[in-house]
Amino acid sequence: MRIDFFFWKDCPSHPEARALLREVLDAAGIDAEVVEREVFSEQEAEELAFPGSPTIRVDGRDVDPAGASTRPALTCRIYHLPGGRVSPVPSREQLEEALR
Amino acid sequence: MSVALGTEAPQFDLPGVDGLNHSFDSYGDAEALVLVQSCNHCPYVQAWEGRLSAIARDYADRGVRVVAVNSNDAQSHPEDSFEEMQKRAASQGFAFDYLHDEPQAVARELAAERTPEVFLYDRDRRLVYHGAIDDNRDEDAVSQRYLRDAIAAVLSGQEPPVSETPAVGCTVKWK
Repeated sequence: MRIDFFFWKDCPSHPEARALLREVLDAAGIDAEVVEREVFSEQEAEELAFPGSPTIRVDGRDVDPAGASTRPALTCRIYHLPGGRVSPVPSREQLEEALR
Repeated sequence: MSVALGTEAPQFDLPGVDGLNHSFDSYGDAEALVLVQSCNHCPYVQAWEGRLSAIARDYADRGVRVVAVNSNDAQSHPEDSFEEMQKRAASQGFAFDYLHDEPQAVARELAAERTPEVFLYDRDRRLVYHGAIDDNRDEDAVSQRYLRDAIAAVLSGQEPPVSETPAVGCTVKWK
């Protein structure tokens, strides 16, 4: 399993997302390769189809497929949680589902 | 460089989502004025905007006015255009004024860096609190309600118990 972790450093959510991802991986006993890539420019965001920071793909599949097609940009990504709430990081449940 | 406590509030005259212009002087009767550097697109703003509406409602009858200002560049972030501001304010039922700072002059004067970022001014329009609305974007996990506590102090003629906190959110999108 390969996990791509894309982030833009001006959005403060990536350390929290990275830590949550690590927690979920450890809890599930998954020894996956996590490849981190910092996105530096709007052009790079376009090339990577990067809808915001952080974006996490498991074997190429976005952990939040519904948000994957959002316009690429150097921005903080919005994750929609149950109950209508939003978050700048994916939920634990989204990560667990993506890793199954 | 962060704006210092005690600094005077910025002068402004900006269009609001209600179709009217709102000037600094139009809030002259307020006992306290809350300026919030804000926007549409940011998940941190969206996580906190309901609480900001609640604060605006809860303190309206005590003369506190809450004003959100969006200074973001709508070229790079079309979700932050004036038209999108009007849509979001309507869909979310904002209880605060929401103004468009297209020239980014207010953001520059505030030396704002993040959205959301709060600036609370007292009756004399001196900055008495600067930073976050509270200490957690997850409303269920909040333990420190910085802005509410600061407003309560100002209305009681006291210093806020906490005057500065780090604003956590997206960066202001400069042109």
